[in-house]
Amino acid sequence: MATAGVVAEPKTKYDRQLRKRVFDGESIVFIILRKSFSFVNLRLVSNVDEGCLGQPRAKSICSFLQELNDAVKAKFVEETPATLIDTNPSFFSQFTVVIATQLPESSLLKLDDICRKADIVLVAARSYGLTGLVRVSVKEHCVIESKPDHFLDDLRLHNPWAELKQFAKSIDINDKDPVVHKHTPYIVILVRLAEKWADAHDGNLPSTRQEKREFKDLIRAHMLNVDEENYKEAVESSYKVSVTPGISDEVRQIIDDNSAEVNSSSSDFWILVAALKEFVANEGNGELPLEGTIPDMTSLTEYYVSLQKIYQAKAEADCLAMEHRVKDTLKRIGRDPDSISRAYIKTFCKNARKLRVCRYRSIEEEFSPIVSEVQRYFTDEDYSYAMNFYILLRAVDRLAANYSRLPGIFDSEIDEDIPRLKTVAASVLSEMGLIGASLSEDLITEMCRFGGAEIHPVAAFIGGVASQEVIKLVTKQFVPLRGTFIFNGIDLKSQVLVL
Amino acid sequence: MATPDAQPTEPARWRDLDMLLSRPGNLVAASFDPSPTLRDEIGSFAEVLVVGAGGLGCELLKDLALSGFKNLHVIDMDTIDVSNLNRQFLFRVQDVGKSKAQVAAKRVMERVSGVNIKPHFCRIEDKEIEFYSQFHIIVLGLDSIEARSYINSVACGFLEYDSNDNPIPETAKPMVDGGTEGFKGHARVIIPGTTPCFECNIWLFPPQVKFPLCTLAETPRTAAHCIEYAHLIKWDEVHPGKPFDADDAEHMQWIYSEALKRAELFGISGVTYSLTQGVVKNIIPAIASTNAIISAACALEAFKLFSGCSKTVSNYLTYNGLEGTHIKVTEFVRDKDCLVCGPGTLIELDTSATLSQFIKMLEEHPNLRISKASVTHEGNNLYMQSPEVLEQMTRPNLSVPMFELLKEVPCATVHATGMAENNGKKVSSLRKLRVAFKGVIGDSKMDTTESS
Repeated sequence: MATAGVVAEPKTKYDRQLRKRVFDGESIVFIILRKSFSFVNLRLVSNVDEGCLGQPRAKSICSFLQELNDAVKAKFVEETPATLIDTNPSFFSQFTVVIATQLPESSLLKLDDICRKADIVLVAARSYGLTGLVRVSVKEHCVIESKPDHFLDDLRLHNPWAELKQFAKSIDINDKDPVVHKHTPYIVILVRLAEKWADAHDGNLPSTRQEKREFKDLIRAHMLNVDEENYKEAVESSYKVSVTPGISDEVRQIIDDNSAEVNSSSSDFWILVAALKEFVANEGNGELPLEGTIPDMTSLTEYYVSLQKIYQAKAEADCLAMEHRVKDTLKRIGRDPDSISRAYIKTFCKNARKLRVCRYRSIEEEFSPIVSEVQRYFTDEDYSYAMNFYILLRAVDRLAANYSRLPGIFDSEIDEDIPRLKTVAASVLSEMGLIGASLSEDLITEMCRFGGAEIHPVAAFIGGVASQEVIKLVTKQFVPLRGTFIFNGIDLKSQVLVL
Repeated sequence: MATPDAQPTEPARWRDLDMLLSRPGNLVAASFDPSPTLRDEIGSFAEVLVVGAGGLGCELLKDLALSGFKNLHVIDMDTIDVSNLNRQFLFRVQDVGKSKAQVAAKRVMERVSGVNIKPHFCRIEDKEIEFYSQFHIIVLGLDSIEARSYINSVACGFLEYDSNDNPIPETAKPMVDGGTEGFKGHARVIIPGTTPCFECNIWLFPPQVKFPLCTLAETPRTAAHCIEYAHLIKWDEVHPGKPFDADDAEHMQWIYSEALKRAELFGISGVTYSLTQGVVKNIIPAIASTNAIISAACALEAFKLFSGCSKTVSNYLTYNGLEGTHIKVTEFVRDKDCLVCGPGTLIELDTSATLSQFIKMLEEHPNLRISKASVTHEGNNLYMQSPEVLEQMTRPNLSVPMFELLKEVPCATVHATGMAENNGKKVSSLRKLRVAFKGVIGDSKMDTTESS
């Protein structure tokens, strides 16, 4: 066991995965530039941590952050975010991500405009009583490594290539040696039996429910013993033979996107999409590059390693073809043909089936949404609370702009604030074109009861969600939040609204 | 936002929380009694136990302390490791090797004045059952199914039933349980007798897949197979009698080099030192922000449960951040025949049956199969397997009839602790048993009715 005073090696400290801890903020704009952070806030520490009472908040947060991780460079600006947004918009252009916490609507609109123009990712977070929201805003966010949880293996059993067919043929699936028989990998069994099936069915693979059932029976008929794990796996994986060939709708949309018509100002991602489009139309024969990995399955080591090599070789050949297409594309648009690395192309090919493009409407656009969509949220029981909270979070800022304070701040005025908030919320609704939509009286009352209170666990939840999204946006891995996340602290049934 | 930069007086410090606690609302618990003094009352009255002082535990202690709870306890048997520092934010490099519970308690008390946190640097099983009865809420920040299962059985053990087998709500000890794995996590509220307990939905936590030994020995195919071969087979062959220690860097290095040799022999690629550690230690990837989200949800539920200032989650939240931010709340139902939160397994005894015969019956009972059981009745030890001094003290009871030990009541509730199979693993388990004596008048009445 290590003892006190030991110096942590960066690698050990991060053994579970490199990650950033992002503070849940209090009324600050919080900005990331690679490994450095800047905080903008004018207010002094007034609340929880008595050790730093009276110090600038931004300063205290910087010193805490550096205490947590001495590799972090943290700077602070003593200024109200609203003033900085108004007087020095170019300040923000140095950052990769800007996180705005507790920023009222008017300032957020301006900040969003600044960030969009400079292609900076904006994450807005709000904690308000038992509700709050997190919103991501950026023109476009392209993800190669989306790392979905459950994704079908790329085995091509519906369309095996020559080398795979040849290998399958080299193995006698009726081998009398029981050890070999029960260690023949299911890929081989399925390729062979699919071929046998197709021969008996005019070249077609099983497609109807009845045919799929018969195909399973065909597999079972080849078992020597009921406890042969590889045959059980073959039956369970038999549907992989009937996978629809070709490309998923989501990837098809990306290939057909206008951005895939590339020019010298296109990003590397779209240049690869352009090359991918050509690959599919040519070498790919309608398929994407092969992923090249296979799942574990019951098998002799020798067979399994051979299969791994066959899949890898095909993936490498596909990747090489893609590399040529990328170089040609780069040449065509007048860029250095070697300006995109092999490693990047390889990662792209490996994840070609999982590409994601997320586009976000600006906050200004959000204010005039597609009415039918929003109406749907109001009438859908699962979404109506979230929709109510969304409108009310906007309404409290409007009310604050008129009265210079949030509703429900003073015990004595709650009763007057309830109808006031209701009126303001109604005007938000009508501006959005939502005539006739009505808000929950209970939630209007709750919003006034909250009085803009910042409840620590709510702030911590919102801060956690915002940090999670920032991690995904900065690392360009996994898929970020696609709309506005509305936290419901009453029964926790929180939702994402796409507005 | 609401608080103007004010003087550090207590009411100003807690003004935001007080708004929620002092004002009436329409979407609140029936028990909610809003008042300007509610926060103080909660602070001085509520005793909260946090189980685990790791990734979730650190967050929970901070969140609960900032939610107005003032009397907290934290229990954790672990010491701080360098690899904890990236997310267990209460710990610093100079704390490595010290007790997690002690350091976490100290750090939060330094930062949040007025909160009192009592650390317990020990195993959860080392505490007497009665230790757990002092808490109003138990909040779990654990990464093991066995530990959750144990605390759940302890908390459910306090639940009493009336003569009609209906749970007595005042005896229920609520729990809030959180767990994370990478970008995913869950937070749930368990109110024994009302919501399902951990055991009612144990199927939500499938046992970990183990590789068959014959695959490891004969047909390895993946890097993990080679690592597990070195770890589970080769180590004992080469080091007979020497236990493997996953925290010993030399041991780990040995496993790594053996795994590498085996991989080369079979033409398998992908064995790395970090994968070796991951496989051997069964490291679940942990992300600070997922811990923050799940702990915050748990702390909020604990706060709402206690204050009644809003509704509570009913009853199981899952968070998935792999693709967007996906939150789902599922209302699971109780298993009426649950061995843990149900009224207890009924065991009928002849009045002549001795304690020793009773313990043997527990071992053979098809639903229980508790081996080496220790037996208690209303907090009194009838028989204890350990420690030795208690075993000696209680040994004479073994030959005494149960009827006599239970003061000749027609029926009674006793608790048995021992090893039992759970989810495919032998783990220490606590079971509630209803003992009824054959032929004794009034045997439908339970003695718990008197105490209700």
